[in-house]
Amino acid sequence: MEVIMAIAIGFLFMAAVYLMLSKSLLRIIIGTGLLSHGAHLLILTMGGLGGSAPPVLSEGVTNMADAIPQALILTAIVISFGVTAFFLVLAYRAYQELGTDDMNLMRGTDEDDE
Amino acid sequence: MKMMSNFLLLPIIIPFFFGMLLMFAPKNIRFQRIGAMTGLSIAVVAAIVLLFKVKNEGPQVVTFGDWPVPFGITMVSDMVSALLVLTSVILAFFTVWYSIAAIGKERESFFYYPGILFMVTGVNGAFTTGDIFNLFVFFEVLLMSSYLLIVLGGEKAQLRESIKYILVNVISSALFVITVAYLYSVVGTLNMADISVKIADIQQPGIITVIAVLFLIVFGLKAAIFPLFFWLPSSYAAPPIPVLALFGALLTKVGVYAITRTYTLFFVHDMGFTHELLMILSVLTILAGCIGALAYFDVKKIIIYNIIIAVGVILFGVSQMNDNSLTGAMFYLIHDMLIKAALFFLVGIIIAVTGTSDLRKMGGLMKTHPALGWFYLIAAFGLAGIPPLSGFIGKLLIVRGGFEAGNLWGSLWILLSSLVVLLSVIRIFIYAFWGKEKGPLQPVDKGYYRMMFIPTIILVVLTVFYGVGSEWITPFMQDAGNILNNPSVYTDAVLKE
Repeated sequence: MEVIMAIAIGFLFMAAVYLMLSKSLLRIIIGTGLLSHGAHLLILTMGGLGGSAPPVLSEGVTNMADAIPQALILTAIVISFGVTAFFLVLAYRAYQELGTDDMNLMRGTDEDDE
Repeated sequence: MKMMSNFLLLPIIIPFFFGMLLMFAPKNIRFQRIGAMTGLSIAVVAAIVLLFKVKNEGPQVVTFGDWPVPFGITMVSDMVSALLVLTSVILAFFTVWYSIAAIGKERESFFYYPGILFMVTGVNGAFTTGDIFNLFVFFEVLLMSSYLLIVLGGEKAQLRESIKYILVNVISSALFVITVAYLYSVVGTLNMADISVKIADIQQPGIITVIAVLFLIVFGLKAAIFPLFFWLPSSYAAPPIPVLALFGALLTKVGVYAITRTYTLFFVHDMGFTHELLMILSVLTILAGCIGALAYFDVKKIIIYNIIIAVGVILFGVSQMNDNSLTGAMFYLIHDMLIKAALFFLVGIIIAVTGTSDLRKMGGLMKTHPALGWFYLIAAFGLAGIPPLSGFIGKLLIVRGGFEAGNLWGSLWILLSSLVVLLSVIRIFIYAFWGKEKGPLQPVDKGYYRMMFIPTIILVVLTVFYGVGSEWITPFMQDAGNILNNPSVYTDAVLKE
């Protein structure tokens, strides 16, 4: 199971890097989304896959799943959701203002604009 | 049983509360200004009380929900974080004061002050937290507010640069989560004191050293160390001066603090690799900053590259890992936060008066604005570390620590970089204040000019006191250096009750 997860995470990271290296802003944002998905799956795997055991600790129970990775993932998902939403709005606004979504055309400093 | 105290949360909660309050009436500018100033002055008082509490009673610890220590989220206020929290609220206070004249009504009525207050919440939380995942959460709080502040106004340059800024930070946040996941799989805990103890138990095997380097990449992206500073100069130059001052003084320093904390608390068992790497990178960071500081004629860019030099100097002190160098690093860290804000304020006034940020188009300001010139000169000397001003004592201790650790060349490099720093800031003085007047000055309203100048003067005077009164500050700094040098002080305070 860990091996399958590792391959899935690696594939997500690969796709994320590929998308983030492209010129189009929208593809870059989708890339950051995939990157955070990969990171979340990585937390789940790194915390140890608990199988079917319940995440409760009581007297006499020795086999239980660790609930902390899930709490971490929940927090991280909410944060990346917020950041992605903000990023999309910013990209739209930048497209309106700058008239392009091509990162190659967004280089340079103020001195170049003058 | 040690007395639990919630007091250490006040510098985090007060700005948060006032930030929420301000969001109810964004268009009432008077309310916004008064609310932000009141909130931050209460936070300053709370931070001062906290500092003396930590000085007298030792590190303050509180665990949310009263869970037993390694399980709940712990907040720890030791001398390092108490000093940084106090400095950050003081700087935010002066930035708000300066902003009243400098930022413009449009931005003020679109959540500018709540943005600053929420950023202070995140910064103080990051300084105070004792839980590595909670550190990530507070990083996101301060980053979210910084996204707002950097793009607020929607100028072309701001939109273009904030995309790059956000992208860099999103990637570094994802790396942060990945690194925390690796660390959790090895040590099985998130509490920073507990992590320190567990790593000491297993004697830092190779995988922990890999995690140390990953942390260096994550925090290095935020602190702008050598190969990872590429995004900083153009991004920081885009927003208006008060935002730039706040970012330059606070945001990179949060990254520096995080590197300092992890490299003094966690990864202290394979210093031959990790701290050697940190030292090499810090020396290269200074080199890169020096080249940039001398290469530009844009006053903003010159001071921005000085941020990078200072990051290198502080991290060199951290990498030496002895009492003198760590005390010096703390001294220099606080000094740099104060003096950078003061310099950005001064540069902001120069830009407002001349209407340009290009040194070649300035000149002769000494005739029309002598007070501005003299205060700039004091701040410039302070930055370069001319005794008895504020930069001297920190640099002296760092260099002495470097000699003690046997790193002759690195220490000499720090001393040489002071000359470059001096040259770069004196260049601004010579171009802007000496010589003939070039072109007409901008008509700046007297009242507005005074509103910008008064907080700047007070901040410069504060840095002078920081240097002259270093005798009174030294006990605090020694406590901080002691905590950084002996992780057991920190872990004992958290784990043993």
